[in-house]
Amino acid sequence: LCQPSYKMPSHQLLLQLMKRPSQLLQASRGLSAAAAGGTRTVTLIPGDGIGPEISNSVKKIFAAAKVPIAWDEVDVTPVKGPDGQFRIPQKAIDSVNKHGIGLKGPLATPVGKGHRSLNLALRKEFNLYANVRPCRSLEGYPTPYKNVDLVTIRENTEGEYSGIEHIIVDGVVQSIKLITETASRRVAKFAFEFALREGRRKVTAVHKANIMRLSDGLFLKCCREEAHKHPGVEFAEAYLDTVCLNMVQDPTQFDVLVMPNLYGDILSDLCAGLVGGLGVTPSGNIGESGAIFESVHGTAPDIAGKDLANPTALLLSGVMMLRHMQLGEFADRIEKACLDSIGDGRARTKDLGGGATCSQFTDTICSRVA
Amino acid sequence: HSATSVGAIRFACNQARSFCSGGGGLSAAAATATESAGSSGASLQHADQGVEAGGILNAAKYGGRHHVSLIPGDGIGPELMDSVKTIVNVAGSPIDFEEIPLSAERGTDEDMRRAILSIKRNGVGLKGNLETFEGMTSKNVQLRTKLDLFAYVQRCKSIEGVPSRYSDIDILVIRENTEGEYSQLEHFNVPGVVESFKIITEAKSRQIAKFAFDTAIKTRRHRVTAVHKANIMKLSDGLFLDVCRDVARDYPSIEFNDVIVDNCCMQLVARPQQFDIMVLPNLYGNIIGNIAAGLVGGPGVAAGMNIGRKYAVFEAGTRNSGRSIRGKNIANPSALLLTTADMLEYLGDAEDAKKLRNAVLTVLRSGIRTPDLGGSSNTKEVVDAVVQYLLQVRGH
Repeated sequence: LCQPSYKMPSHQLLLQLMKRPSQLLQASRGLSAAAAGGTRTVTLIPGDGIGPEISNSVKKIFAAAKVPIAWDEVDVTPVKGPDGQFRIPQKAIDSVNKHGIGLKGPLATPVGKGHRSLNLALRKEFNLYANVRPCRSLEGYPTPYKNVDLVTIRENTEGEYSGIEHIIVDGVVQSIKLITETASRRVAKFAFEFALREGRRKVTAVHKANIMRLSDGLFLKCCREEAHKHPGVEFAEAYLDTVCLNMVQDPTQFDVLVMPNLYGDILSDLCAGLVGGLGVTPSGNIGESGAIFESVHGTAPDIAGKDLANPTALLLSGVMMLRHMQLGEFADRIEKACLDSIGDGRARTKDLGGGATCSQFTDTICSRVA
Repeated sequence: HSATSVGAIRFACNQARSFCSGGGGLSAAAATATESAGSSGASLQHADQGVEAGGILNAAKYGGRHHVSLIPGDGIGPELMDSVKTIVNVAGSPIDFEEIPLSAERGTDEDMRRAILSIKRNGVGLKGNLETFEGMTSKNVQLRTKLDLFAYVQRCKSIEGVPSRYSDIDILVIRENTEGEYSQLEHFNVPGVVESFKIITEAKSRQIAKFAFDTAIKTRRHRVTAVHKANIMKLSDGLFLDVCRDVARDYPSIEFNDVIVDNCCMQLVARPQQFDIMVLPNLYGNIIGNIAAGLVGGPGVAAGMNIGRKYAVFEAGTRNSGRSIRGKNIANPSALLLTTADMLEYLGDAEDAKKLRNAVLTVLRSGIRTPDLGGSSNTKEVVDAVVQYLLQVRGH
């Protein structure tokens, strides 16, 4: 069995994935196969903690809905190779390369010393440059915030999460935030195209260019240029602190928000909190040659294996995935079944205030979707 | 649990004389209408001691009147500062303002130098927000770093009569104010690639952590929560967190825990009552401070104070310039008035602080509110109401 070690710099050991253009052809072939009624294979990464059980729920529900998808299940926990180095298992790499679309459960990340987040490394290596998180108020699960309907689009590869930190002298640490024109332009372009595709009205760039003049200034410049190229979408700019201030007072004023990595991380979690937390929030990571959809909650080791987990986040991410694969009909059906089940108080899992187990909740959705 | 704690903190820090600063930070929202007179006498006494002790707190006092540097700033700053001057007059508070011409348009190095000199001379300042146009360096940040105002304190407490989704919130946000992401060290490596440095030092982390714990002791609060992202920024935020943990060991009576910043945001909108004192590096402090202010009523009622070892500069909590509502007579003066009350207390005039605070809170409770709080009154009407209340209290 593999002995995961968190001592090696994982980004060095992850192989170059999903950067070869030939993969794009394969991926698009797969897409049309699915749309044409054939079965499309998708990589499934169950993850750690509650990951396996919620992945099983999703598989069960998709089967009940007769979604034309086959699952290729892989484990990304680093394993020791013959040379003593730790690597992501080759099987996982090949799978992701081949299929181009993935659904991922939660992975564990150690705090403080140790290797950089595996999540982060996956995103970097697959060049998943935009993280998309729709936040919508759930009917049937009310929070103090009503009618929230916004999408956060976060640059996913650089910024404050470049992982470049140094101890300059004893007691002085420098952490580098990297902003490039390429990455900023890429995510800005995606944001506007997304807005047009999804029929959203307005894109707001969130920044702190008054303080970080060059870095956020560059990001803002790219957003402005893309705004010019997409006149069909309204464009606005707002300071991060003002957005936070306004978000908790009236989130309905926001539509699509695009921002660099750190702000996106924080703001997307804030927005998730407004509508019910990470247990119900879907997330998609879009790359140039494919996409990975994931639940963004933690591994919840305290409830792992106890049939208490809430599969909603992973399921709704699966729904996002279906839409991305142009299987919108299945997406709508499953989404409706899921939201209706949440709305029906008895069927909810414990974290949403109900009393159902994971299996019971799953079965309820299956019966609704079949 | 009241405004008099500001005086208590200042006194305690004078005694401590080490990393501690000259004040705590309690927004006017802290006060209730019923404070005992006895405690205010105590803080006046301590104020004199502070001035005698020298070094730590040198608030200028000429002929019994405090001299305070006033920077109106941009946006709604000038009009709201006028309200402050009017009300300070009516209240009879012994404050003389030395107005400093510093703004986004008028901001040469010489202007900045004079502003800093004035605050150093007076020891205390009251400022509006200075706008930062494209290509400019933030003057607000310059002021704070040059005066070494290492702590930014915002008390976010639920206010009776102010609409909010939550009740019983009482969070003290203590934010490192001079380093971190605001170090303003950026450059283009090559065209199209920018590096921006976030600097975290042990010394400043220790300074802010100690300040947070000392404040906890003096305000008789129970828990300090450090907010960070050490799982991703292992060295920088890791250092901040390690230092906080280390300092916590010296304060066994204060509970200490830590939370990752994104989880913190979610917790704040789910159950904000769980937080007591929060200590954070600069950027997270900006984010969390704004969220917390939004939870209890928004920018119109938020007060803030920048504290250093020698100087203190007070400003409206969320530091907005309010450019879009300038000159429209709809800006909410409450934030700046509550800030002024905090400043009065810092200067040792607890009685006047209490009166001003009560006036503002009473007017808010009575429903005379500006549009940002869902009301239909304008700035002048709110100011007049506060003036009326103060005149009544004075017995006119």
